[in-house]
Amino acid sequence: MWSFVLRRLISSIPVLILVSLMTFGLIWLVPGDPASVFLDASATPEQVANLRRELGLDQPLWTQMLSWYERVLSGDLGESILLNRSVAAAILERLPITLSLAAIALVLAVIFGILLGSLAAVNHGGWGDQSIMTVALLGLSIPDFWLGLVLIVVFAVQLGWLPSGGFVAITEDFGGWAMSMALPAFTLTITQIGFIARMTRSSMLDVLRQDYVRTADAKGLGHGFVVMRHALPNAMMPILTVTGVIAGGLLGGAVVVEQVFALPGVGRLIIGAILSRDFPVIQGGLLMLAVIYLLVNLIVDMLYAVIDPRVRLA
Amino acid sequence: MPEIPTDAIEGLAPQRARLAAFLKRLIANRSVALGGGLVLFVIALALLAPWVTPYNPLESSFRERLLPPSAAHLFGTDHFGRDVLTRVIYGGRLSLEIGFLVVLATGVFGTLIGGCAGYFRSLDNPAMRLMDAWMSFPAILLAIAVSATLGSSVTNVVIALSLATIPHTARIVRASVLVVREMEYVEAARALGARDTRILFVHVLLNSTAPLIVRLTYVFAIAILAEAVLSFIGVGPPPPAPSFGNIIANGRDFMVEAPWVTIFPGVAIFVVVLGLNLLGDGLRDVLDPRMRI
Repeated sequence: MWSFVLRRLISSIPVLILVSLMTFGLIWLVPGDPASVFLDASATPEQVANLRRELGLDQPLWTQMLSWYERVLSGDLGESILLNRSVAAAILERLPITLSLAAIALVLAVIFGILLGSLAAVNHGGWGDQSIMTVALLGLSIPDFWLGLVLIVVFAVQLGWLPSGGFVAITEDFGGWAMSMALPAFTLTITQIGFIARMTRSSMLDVLRQDYVRTADAKGLGHGFVVMRHALPNAMMPILTVTGVIAGGLLGGAVVVEQVFALPGVGRLIIGAILSRDFPVIQGGLLMLAVIYLLVNLIVDMLYAVIDPRVRLA
Repeated sequence: MPEIPTDAIEGLAPQRARLAAFLKRLIANRSVALGGGLVLFVIALALLAPWVTPYNPLESSFRERLLPPSAAHLFGTDHFGRDVLTRVIYGGRLSLEIGFLVVLATGVFGTLIGGCAGYFRSLDNPAMRLMDAWMSFPAILLAIAVSATLGSSVTNVVIALSLATIPHTARIVRASVLVVREMEYVEAARALGARDTRILFVHVLLNSTAPLIVRLTYVFAIAILAEAVLSFIGVGPPPPAPSFGNIIANGRDFMVEAPWVTIFPGVAIFVVVLGLNLLGDGLRDVLDPRMRI
């Protein structure tokens, strides 16, 4: 098991290096000079030169790269041009909001996705199957930010049950926190649940046709027990894979949903930085989210090994 | 009348019959029929826009600001008094155009990267690690960052969205190339002395198109959804030309007094994306019999 973990960790090093190179390289996509793009046309040449020096853009490329790696490896993501503070601190302060939003949506999507997908597989071809799959497909086709806007009008403006946006820290008031997270988490869950429900259904249908399921049925076990105890664990691998993939979709979705519900998370920070060309924040934020995504998929791979001994023994 | 050699007909007939059988199976699939119908309907509306609607999508009329849906304005009017239905139809033009260009770019680059990675063993590992790294940025955030960095234009939106969809597509192409590469007809072509480029493009890639077609149908749907997000954030195609996304973004400030400005373009996105997803599901069932349940 440990050698599997070690091998998996080592294999993620080149990917990490490439990820950091790509975030570093983003600034080179800017047509012209990034420093003069950030400052507007009224900036004097001295101001531009100062900012260039501050960002290290006056150095040769390889020096810039070396100093970027030197800083990043020591946990320093630089200073925000706009906020005038450390990028790492700004991100860490907002990260819990984004992560909790994505995590709540992930847990809900996994629980209800597996439940609905299994129900559909057990009722294969029946009206239950068809209606569940229709709902899953509808969820996949809704634009997330638009759903958020509609929910705000219905539940916040018309009914007045929930706040239309803003954030209450969980440490201050649990009820307020739950209310402020309800609509964003629901929005995110609806758009992601379909992936898991569909994968669960097709994976379960494969497993339910296996001989050992027929044997378990034949020896008189209740069908519900057979589905939960014999079929579902064997259908878990593809479901886990999809869960790893949608983790990326959830982080991206959380960024957009934060924008709709005015949640002060990393997403709003990065989008604000993108719109004002605050490059250190853009680079630091993208790097952070990419590392989180890689970590989630590392955990998913570990879970493969926990669920299926063939993986860890291979 | 010149005589047609019978062996030529014999050579053609099975192929034609196969195509006919395939098309029959395609249309018989409920998802393909429904999804394809929806998509064709929307494309037809977009193409025929000037004949479908009597209004101009850019012409404002201050006397008709924020009118609710009525017989004259089926979807109501926006804060400039512009007909929302007209803007949605013209917006569909731009959104579909962007989606189509993204499909084209993703298809070309996804095929090139995935094909080379799958076919040339020495390229496989580096190319796939690059795709892994590329895919670890949330796609929508990557698109927002690239579009904002390059500046607002239709071309840049297409570049940004393609960059977000290429890596996954390359992986799908690579997976099917890995299978086809080992087929006997590829070995036969190699034995006949065909060059690598010919084997790759003529024999391998042409025989691994099924998963690519399915993927590109979903890419079309993803591009429509993502364009809307880009416009909503403010880094989409530049105004005043309407797109699905920027109609919603403009309507957002009037959501309470005039919800129709926001709701109808969202429903339009939903219908197009639903159609594309249904089409993709159906194509997958027909093209890839292993996936059929």
